[in-house]
Amino acid sequence: MNTPLFEALLRLGDDRLVLGHRTSEWCGHAPILEEDIALANIALDHIGQANLLLGYAGTVEGAGRDQDALAYFRDAVEYRNALLCELPKGDFGVTIVRHFLHGVFSVLQWEALSQSTDPTIAGIAAKALKESKYHVRHCGEWVIRLGDGTDESHARAQAAVDQLWPYTGELFMQPADEASLVSAGVSADVSALEGAWRAQVSDVLRRATLTAPEGVWMQRGGREGRHTEHLGHMLAEMQIVARSHPGAQW
Amino acid sequence: MTNPSREKSWPLWEVFSQGKDGAPHEHAGSVHATDAEHALQNARDVYARRNEGVSLWVVPSAAITASTPEDMGPFFDPANDKAYRHPQFYKVPKGVKVF
Repeated sequence: MNTPLFEALLRLGDDRLVLGHRTSEWCGHAPILEEDIALANIALDHIGQANLLLGYAGTVEGAGRDQDALAYFRDAVEYRNALLCELPKGDFGVTIVRHFLHGVFSVLQWEALSQSTDPTIAGIAAKALKESKYHVRHCGEWVIRLGDGTDESHARAQAAVDQLWPYTGELFMQPADEASLVSAGVSADVSALEGAWRAQVSDVLRRATLTAPEGVWMQRGGREGRHTEHLGHMLAEMQIVARSHPGAQW
Repeated sequence: MTNPSREKSWPLWEVFSQGKDGAPHEHAGSVHATDAEHALQNARDVYARRNEGVSLWVVPSAAITASTPEDMGPFFDPANDKAYRHPQFYKVPKGVKVF
């Protein structure tokens, strides 16, 4: 039985690892050189955050697993990322809209966690907050340009919002086993972040002439290990080298 | 203004980076971008991601007027033999270190 703190750290770390790996799929394929570098930077920021969070998760677990063991030797059912993070990268619109939606959530989450009574979590959150603020700025500006751009970029950005919106609700579903951590000030109640998230997202979507769907059914399952079929395929590619050559160094 | 939708690539911007407070902004290179804010972000990602600076300027490349190789003679050669334009005949008082 995993402790609540270990589970909470997996939720934090797996979001960033999976979203970071998805974004790394753009490396060498982005529309222009400058954006290729920007997306690679964003991917690496996420993987760096995952490195810290999963490293701490391994310490908390105390079973001898480090961040690499947690990243490369867990199967999809053991991953705790939100479903939003594992969806295929899609076109540039999907990638940008997803980073924006998750990024605004991340900034709010890091702001709350930078006040954590756990000094390791507070330290990681303070570092990650600066990175996530830049991701939101970069992707938010892109959302406005794509939404308020050409007919095609508007249509693709709106399609991305429509596709991703049902996956945003899970970000704010507070896991029951975190209640004691929240009351101890270690963790942050994600359900309390939804109002601020909605206000910030709505503001950018409005400027982008995009509209958020209303009253849609919200998907869930990732936090409990029930994932879409996409995560298994992604992990197969991400994990094959580490699993084929355990302990390999280069 | 040219119509951006007819341009095949985005406009070019020159990037100037300041290494530390008080230092001059120096030319770092150039980026393609749709507008000023976008150019600033691309400049950050291309020229400031390894902790190179504390401040960035971006300027539309088209806004820069540059001298040409043909200007070499009239612009620069006449300065060669005018030593009096350099303040090298002044005696610097003792104790003045920054000059």
